[in-house]
Amino acid sequence: MEHTNWKGFTSGKWQTEICVRDFIQQNYVPYTGDEGFLEAATPRTEGLMKKVDSLLTLERQYGGVLDIDTATVSSLTSYAPGYIDRENELIVGLQTNRPLKRGVHPFGGLRMVRQACEAYGYKLSSKIEEEFQYRTTHNEGVYRAYTDEMRAARKCHVITGLPDAYGRGRIIGDYRRVALYGVDRLIAEKKKDKAALCDRNLTAEDIRLDEELYQQIAFLGYMKEMAASYGYDISVPAANAREAIQWTYFAYLAAIKEQNGAAMSLGRVSTFFDIYIERDIAAGILNESGAQELIDDFVIKLRLARHLRTPEYNALFGGDPMWITEAVGGMGEDGRTLVTKSSYRILHTLYTLGTSPEPNLTVLWSQDLPVPFKKFCARVSTETDSIQYESDDLMRPLYGDDYAIACCVSAMKVGKQMQFFGARANLAKLLLIAINGGYDTESQIHIGPQTPVLSGDTLSYDTVVERLGMYMEWLARLYVNTMNVIHYMHDKYAYEKTQMALHDTEVGRFMAFGIAGLSVAADSLSAIRYATVRPVRNADGYIYDFKTEGDFPKFGNDDDRVDFIARDLANQMICELRKTPAYRNAVHTLSVLTITSNVMYGKNTGATPDGRPAGAPFAPGANPMHNREENGALASLNSVAKLRYEDCRDGISNTFSITPEALGRTLKEQTDNLVSILDGYFARGAHHINVNVMRREMLMDAYENPEAYPNLTIRVSGYAVHFHKLSREQQREVISRTFHAVM
Amino acid sequence: MCGGRVHSIQTLGTVDGPGVRFVVFMQGCRLRCGYCHNPDTWAETEGTVYMPEALAEKATRYKAYFGEKGGITVSGGEPLLQADFVQKLFKACHQRGIHTCLDTAGSILNGDVEVLLKCTDHVLLDIKFTEDALYRRYAGCSMETPLAFLQLLQKMQIPTTIRQVIVPGLNDTPENIAALSAIVQKYPCIEKTELLPFKKLCIVKYDAMGVPFPFQAYETPSSADMRRLEKMLNT
Repeated sequence: MEHTNWKGFTSGKWQTEICVRDFIQQNYVPYTGDEGFLEAATPRTEGLMKKVDSLLTLERQYGGVLDIDTATVSSLTSYAPGYIDRENELIVGLQTNRPLKRGVHPFGGLRMVRQACEAYGYKLSSKIEEEFQYRTTHNEGVYRAYTDEMRAARKCHVITGLPDAYGRGRIIGDYRRVALYGVDRLIAEKKKDKAALCDRNLTAEDIRLDEELYQQIAFLGYMKEMAASYGYDISVPAANAREAIQWTYFAYLAAIKEQNGAAMSLGRVSTFFDIYIERDIAAGILNESGAQELIDDFVIKLRLARHLRTPEYNALFGGDPMWITEAVGGMGEDGRTLVTKSSYRILHTLYTLGTSPEPNLTVLWSQDLPVPFKKFCARVSTETDSIQYESDDLMRPLYGDDYAIACCVSAMKVGKQMQFFGARANLAKLLLIAINGGYDTESQIHIGPQTPVLSGDTLSYDTVVERLGMYMEWLARLYVNTMNVIHYMHDKYAYEKTQMALHDTEVGRFMAFGIAGLSVAADSLSAIRYATVRPVRNADGYIYDFKTEGDFPKFGNDDDRVDFIARDLANQMICELRKTPAYRNAVHTLSVLTITSNVMYGKNTGATPDGRPAGAPFAPGANPMHNREENGALASLNSVAKLRYEDCRDGISNTFSITPEALGRTLKEQTDNLVSILDGYFARGAHHINVNVMRREMLMDAYENPEAYPNLTIRVSGYAVHFHKLSREQQREVISRTFHAVM
Repeated sequence: MCGGRVHSIQTLGTVDGPGVRFVVFMQGCRLRCGYCHNPDTWAETEGTVYMPEALAEKATRYKAYFGEKGGITVSGGEPLLQADFVQKLFKACHQRGIHTCLDTAGSILNGDVEVLLKCTDHVLLDIKFTEDALYRRYAGCSMETPLAFLQLLQKMQIPTTIRQVIVPGLNDTPENIAALSAIVQKYPCIEKTELLPFKKLCIVKYDAMGVPFPFQAYETPSSADMRRLEKMLNT
């Protein structure tokens, strides 16, 4: 198969079947040089950014939400085309008809949309209220099927953040397919797949797939309509770099118009774009400055993407994130690096457009990455605090070399695998419930197997561990069943037609579970084992506090005695989860990631045996508890590196804050040392790290004078945020974290 | 008998020797420098006792981070007070392929020290002042031994970094910088000279120990002053 728009590309199996990876492998040019070739922003870009910046200022002044269209259900074709500055935009398309105006997505749940509108002084239109009286939302479906125990688990916060009232997200469409093949080819392939179903004895699963394919095909059609409203015909392959970026963006835009998933990640597009850019440069129709402009314009669009959320949602996932995660770099299976000039160009947007949390730039780190690229990344981290790193050497053997990251740390093969996202269980609370024999002192709810409260003046390690095992077994089953309900209903009432149209029809599925409070639970068990922990009981005999005497090993000091407790807790949890089958034969995975919900989890959890007071925040993700590290940064990194990726296939998030002085005296020393630290950390088998190079004093000043720091970007837990968009509580927690500093 | 007294360990050091370093702060020092920022390392009878092999094993856990330049740095306190232990530690580190660096005031010179230097890859040597009188008054030793130590480093051709803390009013003078330059010129083993600004962050340690901070009255140098002196040193 040939197409005139493919002229100049090396042919391969990508032409006869849908396989973007093969196209990339046949055509990309690795780049092993340094950043010297990059060009600064053009006056056009700067002019456009000025408009964008004033819009962002206005949004801030309006309390975080500039405008809401309360009368239109967001979908691919429900808004007229929107522009920032029509004459000067190279890449076009907005979610609604105006920049930063948010749409409503009632299919996930009507109540949440209603509350979100009200929180910002709007009212959902009576038209939508009326229409949805005759429709079932995902949220309603879930609550029809939730058991009493599921509701109780939710209410007492032992499981929190379940996607039962909004889009689940964490699905990455292979948006590149639209650019490479054009929509008509994708429709033709899907029609073939649909026709092939007729030959089977149709099971319920087949019939569901049949209907899903119908929806996928229909929405590919709407995508064409949407693009046509902007004056583009995306039925055919993109003919040049600008079109390739435009087509890919249209596909992503269609997804975020249709869905308000918690994380709507982008995938791995920069090296794909590079092939088109190189072809245009070779043809003399594009230069470096023009190439940077295209990437800049694309990134500007991504930075303007928004979803409407409730204040309760923001308390869990602070900073108004979209998780437009773009995986950059990594190595190919053939040993060539996947770093191209466009890997540099997309990171360079942090300079041409200024620092920003979105897109969530994620460098796939390998020991074998070209050294100039490693140094460039380290410099970008040192100067912008806007990128995160994940181990390509850990993930490539499992996912090949065309995987991407959904949300923060969730790896999946682009277009071939998806996941059912599912919140996290609070391990620290589970420990307290186990000690109290199935009673949560915070919510005063009886939950789980009812057993006697642990007796005695001191807690015995063996008894507590046995008890915890029993409650973990109970919670794991409840957790899987709860997720099964949620995802069954999401498929039924809020299926992601656009994104799934950009997947293979036979798709691999993960079900992603999570744990919060790992370091609190591990330190608590360590205290029980190595110190003396005396429970304090209330009038009813329940334990609500602990008196801990003596010292004990704490996670974050490279001490195997406690680090292995943490490692084994994660292993025990995933083993228990696997015992209950997951919906649609999904593979169970586990993450140690909290986003900013560590604050909320801590708030809802009583005092713990490690000495953490009731209500105090947990450490984020897999981080050691704040300021318990006594041996410096590398000991802390070594502790986290002991958690096993094979147990936590949905990712292990570590957020690392260090002062510039602690990294070295000069920028060169700092970047060289950061490269060594990253190489070392990942060589120890670690999965992920967020790097912040900053001083606590600056954050304290930003806390007091937010208006002076409108663009201050920091990495929190698998993503980055504008500091000013965090709640006051979340800001205080970020300030209280360990900053590795010079003694 | 061959255990060493260790004050503390910092697993990430980036300012005490080349690259990323595992820094061991030894317990014990007999100097009493007016700006000392580790007064808690003075006492020779405190600290945690480590055997050299065990400590080398601990450092090895961080080898992956060292890259091409990094390694272990033994600082203090004054590591030369426990030269035999440090020598055994460095030997054990060399067996594990770890680069060794010694951070010292060079105020002790004996047979043990000579043996230690044989397995030392890099030395960070404090030249605290360039006048014997200032040495005696503000450090509590003569200038003679550190210079003899430097001579030995030259003889053994050990790559060396010279460091000096700049205290305004004491050694922020062109004369001092010129004298320091003269020393640096004389010893080709010196690869680099670092001027460090006097800081007062350590005051909390003094307060906690109930000991007055001798340099309480001195000011910290401005970064402009530091740049001016550095420029002077390098021309």
